[in-house]
Amino acid sequence: MKTEITLDGKKIQAQIGKPLIDVASDHGVYIPSLCYMRGKPCLGTCRVCSVRVNGHVMASCTVPVYEGMEVEVDAPDLVDMRKALVEFLFVEGNHNCPSCEKSGRCELQAVGYETGMMVSRFPYRFPVRTRDHASKYIWLERDRCIFCQRCVEFIRDEETGQKIFSIDKRSTHSSIEIDVKLADKMTPKQVKRAADICPVGCIIDKDLGFNKPIGERKYEIKSIKERILKGKTNE
Amino acid sequence: MKEKIQNIVEQYQSDKTRLMDILWDIHNQYGYISDEAVNQLSDALNMSPPDIRETSSFYHFFHAQPAGKHQIYLSDTVIAKMSNYDEVHTALEKETGCTFGTIDESGTFGLYHTNCIGLSDQEPAMMVDKVVFTNLTTEKIEDIISALKEGKSAEEIANPNQHPHTEVSYIDAMVSTNIQNKGSVFFKKERNYRVILSKCLSSIPEEVIETVLDSNIRGRGGAGFPTGLKWRLCREAEGEEKYVICNADEGEPGTFKDRVLLTRSPKDVLLGMIVCAHAIDSSVGIIYLRAEYWYLKAYLEKQIQEFHDEGLLGKDILGRKDFHFDIRIQMGAGAYVCGDETALIESCEGKRGTPRLKPPYPIQEGYLGQPTSVNNVETFAAVSRIVEKGGAWYKAMGTEASSGTRLLSVSGDCSYPGIYEIEWGMMLNEVLRLVGAKDAKAIQISGPSGECVSALKDGEREFCYSDLSCNGSLMIFNQSRDMLGVVKHFMEFFVDESCGICIPCRAGNVDLLHKVERVIDGKACQQDLDEIVSWGTLVKSTSRCGLGATSPNPILTTLNKFPEIYKKKLVVPKGPLLPSFDMDAALTGHKNAYKILMKEEAE
Ligand SMILES: Cc1cc2nc3c(=O)[nH]c(=O)nc-3n(C[C@H](O)[C@H](O)[C@H](O)COP(=O)(O)O)c2cc1C
Ligand code: SF4
Ligand code: SF4
Ligand code: SF4
Repeated sequence: MKTEITLDGKKIQAQIGKPLIDVASDHGVYIPSLCYMRGKPCLGTCRVCSVRVNGHVMASCTVPVYEGMEVEVDAPDLVDMRKALVEFLFVEGNHNCPSCEKSGRCELQAVGYETGMMVSRFPYRFPVRTRDHASKYIWLERDRCIFCQRCVEFIRDEETGQKIFSIDKRSTHSSIEIDVKLADKMTPKQVKRAADICPVGCIIDKDLGFNKPIGERKYEIKSIKERILKGKTNE
Repeated sequence: MKEKIQNIVEQYQSDKTRLMDILWDIHNQYGYISDEAVNQLSDALNMSPPDIRETSSFYHFFHAQPAGKHQIYLSDTVIAKMSNYDEVHTALEKETGCTFGTIDESGTFGLYHTNCIGLSDQEPAMMVDKVVFTNLTTEKIEDIISALKEGKSAEEIANPNQHPHTEVSYIDAMVSTNIQNKGSVFFKKERNYRVILSKCLSSIPEEVIETVLDSNIRGRGGAGFPTGLKWRLCREAEGEEKYVICNADEGEPGTFKDRVLLTRSPKDVLLGMIVCAHAIDSSVGIIYLRAEYWYLKAYLEKQIQEFHDEGLLGKDILGRKDFHFDIRIQMGAGAYVCGDETALIESCEGKRGTPRLKPPYPIQEGYLGQPTSVNNVETFAAVSRIVEKGGAWYKAMGTEASSGTRLLSVSGDCSYPGIYEIEWGMMLNEVLRLVGAKDAKAIQISGPSGECVSALKDGEREFCYSDLSCNGSLMIFNQSRDMLGVVKHFMEFFVDESCGICIPCRAGNVDLLHKVERVIDGKACQQDLDEIVSWGTLVKSTSRCGLGATSPNPILTTLNKFPEIYKKKLVVPKGPLLPSFDMDAALTGHKNAYKILMKEEAE
């Protein structure tokens, strides 16, 4: 069933129950996000898609459309909040784009561009995180993990359904862990998928490394905004 | 070991949703959860080892390495720090021979800090192997540790007269309940639960819900959701089974009223749960009890058993063929965020305490995906009185919009810390008089997540849902207290307790803490205060759950009420650099790096 909602002052028709972030993109309004994947269960971890619904700031991936919604996306304070969240994600880890395998196809980097981030207002943390290359096909570059949970939720052992990736500890001590035994059972296709859905260069396909010259990389050919507005996901 | 763990797992039918219980059983046997144990669980539960660690490593009380034969947790609260916390801290390190966060060489003692253990009215306090010691002094520490060294168990020391664990005398041997006044609702003696329940069961569930709605009672866990409405929605929601959960996580620093209710009136709480089961049509109830209250467990189990024996729990309750209801106790393991109802449900399902996204709400999809009513201990206890005396009786107390009474856990600078039952609508000044707070400067309402108010400016404000909607915690600070130190402590609490799943809370609280430290160090300028407000607002508005939505409050509310304590510490930047920028340190970093590089090159 459809209902009328207001999106940045414009009245639009939207499917009741559909994620607000999708409705916005179907109406040409790009809302950046780093954990949400269209068609998949919402993870709600990065908060970068925050908008205002009836006066309250909410992550638009977590909000199903309902009657009478008034949604603000482009208010200046919201634009700044989304940018600040991206800045948080950058300074919380260690990101050195020029030497990163994911550069050019990295969602964090792409969303950084979209939100106009130039430098972070928050102090850099320079955390010390160890990388993990124990598994045969995957290199875990923990410096870059943003704890989006995509790998935890969407990549499972095909035979047993067990988690291959999981989060250890909590708060600032959180770290992403990999079960080497299960990871070594992954098919090349599954490895590729894991590396692809990781929005950053944390899950790296050991066989791939740098695969495209600068200028021909994913988001250089077509920006993340254009892709999302076309309804494309990472897969 | 293999066989023992096998037995534990079988006891829970290899059900991975019971992982918390399984981990506790292992921890209780071995003192920690080894990799070997995890690997064995992995096979038995069809979970990968890191997945099991995802749960175990989340909780403060689960150790992955040997953590000492006696695990000592000193309650690290602002209230304790106002009495002889420091001396106790020193004495513990001296007597055990280890520093905090470590175990001693022989592996006898492990010393740890822990957040509030629900004993703010008798601090300093500590937990040793699941029992507690209160009002600590150096002498007490010396006695306790030397007795432990002699081979006595913590339990023998805390309970020298060997009261059975199932009796209230056992609890009384360890902690005081400090009930300072009595009101109309709580702590009534000699109630005839059988009569009350049979009267309640003679009404259809809809009528019971109507009574609760009539009383106008709102939840006592913090959010203040109307209890009757929650039950009605839960009743109307579709599900194969429905669940009643009693939230006894009581993690908010400064509150202890749920502990006292569970000690003095456990059957009020059980009865409230049974009434809820009748109202929403549930046959399974869970009490989620924080691990800090382990010493209540056997006693509560006995209370449950007594209700079984009397036919008030179990099959065919009071002879009604269609009403079965059982209650089990689920132990937590040290995580404040598990007080959030959705994180609590995750924990009950054996997972790390990540708050869920809403919708769906617990009343739609809660425990095991079924409609679930989560209510606070005090809410259930109050409902047990509402069904006895009627909705109108309850509504007549308090104010129009906030009916009834509420329990306050009072601690800090006052003559009579402890439990107070007040009618909603009472003024802050009156409460301060009641508790003997003569020189109060600041009052922390609802713990760190709440609001810091000024005795001078806010004395006329009322306790009610539209103003001081207190969740039960009331900490009082006099003129001599260092409020910036308090704020820093509260921010450390939130950094520690963030589940870490969403970025504003995981990262933002750390930056806010650093800002407070900068103010304390005398290195902050006006720009820092402006950023505190703007970053604090960001964290509050974009965080995923109530923890992040309230974690900047300690700073924001003190900045609002006591701006002078911040302003006093500010400095004016000289030139373009911020006062917090340390030129020497920055250059030393470069120098060190240069040295290391040159050395590497030479090699
Ligand atoms: C971080 C956090 C901690 C909470 N801790 C508690 C708690 O210790 N006890 C409690 O009853 N409710 C707590 N709550 C509120 C619960 O989520 C829930 O609203 C409450 O248990 C519902 O019961 P009520 O309706 O009886 O208040 C907490 C909420 C948050 C966000
Ligand atoms: S993960 Fe993305 S943002 Fe981080 S260094 Fe690599 S390209 Fe840059
Ligand atoms: S490894 Fe990648 S996909 Fe997994 S949580 Fe980290 S950032 Fe997300
Ligand atoms: S606000 Fe904090 S505690 Fe709540 S989900 Fe986010 S990280 Fe976890």
